[in-house]
Amino acid sequence: MIAFAREFKRMAARYTADLQHRALIQRALRSYEVKRDEFKARYQSWGEARQAASEIKWEAINHLDRYLEEFITKLEARGTKVFVASTDAQARDYIVKVAQENKVKRIIKSKSMTAEEIELNHALEHAGCTVFESDLGEYIVQLRHEKPYHLVFPAMHLTREDISRLFEKELGSQPTNSPEELTMIARSVMRKNYIEADLGISGANFGIAETGMISITENEGNARLGTSLPKIHVAIMGIEKLLPRLEDLALFLPMLATAGAGQQITCYNTLYGGPRQPGEIDGPEQFHLVLLDNHRTEFLADAEQRDSLHCIRCGACLNVCPIFKNVGGHSYGTTYQGPIGSVITPHLRGLQNWKHLSFASSLCGACTEACPVGIDLHHHLLQNRRNATQGKATWWEKPIYAGFVFFMRRPWLYQLSGKLGKIFFPLHKLVNGTLLDPLRLWTKTRDFPDMAPQSFQEYWKEKKAKGPHAPR
Amino acid sequence: MPLADHRQEVFARIREALKVPAPHRHVGHTGEHPTAPNHDDGLPGSETFRAWLPLVGESLEEQITLFAQNSAALKTELHRVGSPAEAAEHLNQLAREVGWHRVATHPHPLALPLAEKVPLPRLVVGPGYAVTDMESCDAAITGCDFLVAQTGSLLISSASAGGRALSVLPPHHIVIASASQMVPDLGTALHQARLRYAREWPSFLSFITGPSRTGDIERILVLGAHGPKRLTVFLVP
Repeated sequence: MIAFAREFKRMAARYTADLQHRALIQRALRSYEVKRDEFKARYQSWGEARQAASEIKWEAINHLDRYLEEFITKLEARGTKVFVASTDAQARDYIVKVAQENKVKRIIKSKSMTAEEIELNHALEHAGCTVFESDLGEYIVQLRHEKPYHLVFPAMHLTREDISRLFEKELGSQPTNSPEELTMIARSVMRKNYIEADLGISGANFGIAETGMISITENEGNARLGTSLPKIHVAIMGIEKLLPRLEDLALFLPMLATAGAGQQITCYNTLYGGPRQPGEIDGPEQFHLVLLDNHRTEFLADAEQRDSLHCIRCGACLNVCPIFKNVGGHSYGTTYQGPIGSVITPHLRGLQNWKHLSFASSLCGACTEACPVGIDLHHHLLQNRRNATQGKATWWEKPIYAGFVFFMRRPWLYQLSGKLGKIFFPLHKLVNGTLLDPLRLWTKTRDFPDMAPQSFQEYWKEKKAKGPHAPR
Repeated sequence: MPLADHRQEVFARIREALKVPAPHRHVGHTGEHPTAPNHDDGLPGSETFRAWLPLVGESLEEQITLFAQNSAALKTELHRVGSPAEAAEHLNQLAREVGWHRVATHPHPLALPLAEKVPLPRLVVGPGYAVTDMESCDAAITGCDFLVAQTGSLLISSASAGGRALSVLPPHHIVIASASQMVPDLGTALHQARLRYAREWPSFLSFITGPSRTGDIERILVLGAHGPKRLTVFLVP
């Protein structure tokens, strides 16, 4: 088995056995669900809003060349330095170069999954910069030297006690079990970083082609501070984040908040159209926007799965996924967790190494149902399975299928097996779940259902003999 | 002047990829627009979105009521006052209660006169203001562009709110606006901003919806994460 798949299984087994952890995640997600449903109910038609969002993203992605060109032209006209990176390394190198040329020491960074994707912090630290993650959740996982657990809620796997102990150890603060006090500790630590930082890094939730602006969605105000005070702002976004028109935000801002965080709209939704303009009193002198491809054009070339580029990274599919809820975010070993991560990681990092994620699914379709832009997620998981196995039947699969066909074509054999089952089933109870159990792979974590006292065929025969209206 | 980046190869790959059309298929797609499109490109526009998004009443009074309801839920402190003088009274009471030492504001037809009625040292931001000066202020008094009834949001810009930092750095943000700045929804706010600014967009526009908040610890709501802990809106006629 591939090392990544082995590691996934190991981590998943560990997390599913940790009932306390599962309870923590499920409690957090239940409170999200209540708020999400409350705000969804305020829509006059969530379904039609979703349809429109899907169509607008379809338009943007299927005319990406046109919108991207318009976007870049508009940004450059107002003094933004746009850098189009083909690979993750090119994006990292460019940002490191900007930092070095400007003798940057301290960097204040707000949340960006794209920066996680290219492991930007590591490169900047290697170049001698100190990077402060300013989003509370990201700051917590940075102090723990961990990866984000969830693409929207990075520290949802930690209890307030965990965070209090972490702050005590790393910051020398007093222990507390109040989320408010913990938040205030982080606030006071971060304040001076905003003022002293030479450079601010942000992601971008949307790019508006028509006006040449990026839109950043947040709740804490950390992105606003980090893009206001330092003299340089570097934003990084995937090339797929475009929307054609400014007014599209009237739909996408509330839908992102409702689907992603169970809010009507998040606290700050900010548009940035360039560095400080003539007549403005603050804002960065330099604004760099790095547009990242990093395999996104390969997605685009796969017409069948092109709609996975519609993703607005709201995390709704994670929040409803029975797999995510049980194996947790860290088991995936990917930048993007949950159903969307399982769909896109094979494109970003190679299908054969990451196909196992597409098999770790019940195909229940809850993700597709939850997606505010209507990405056909669970069918993409099936397509990944198909693509991963095409023409690659293993040597033992053929005889198994041949045996299955032989068996299913002979009703007498099928009936005989039912009768034998009834004889052997009571014996199974003796070895249930032990090493001697031939069904151990199943029974070590699950109950094996009892056999029905009567087979369907027997029932049917009896029913027909008694006449159509006879009681059972 | 374009920088030496990789746009040519990326654009070439995009154009090559798009030669194969994607199926126009979405979950639940009917093949027709649910309502008449109102843009040249055939896509639904914000006028159409309105029919699906949360309902907003037509009259100003209904909109103010909705804005007030949203404000209460968001912990925005909204005061409907009869005049700027009444706003100043409230503000001075607030300043005494909390024990402010210094306030910040910017040259603005509503915000500056209000700030001048507070008998405290005052920072009026302009070109070259010192960030540490602003950081030492207990409150910032600013204007805004629009109030959005649908979401309880304020649309501000670097032009209407004294730059980028004033409305986010001090711990208490005070906004003064007149009822004529009320718009029903986000789409109208963006459209009105376009009419006001499209000749020369400010580099910064922001929808502010309530005081700064986080739910990063056990998904429990805490106000005042990094931005203002309190947001007060004075609505004058």
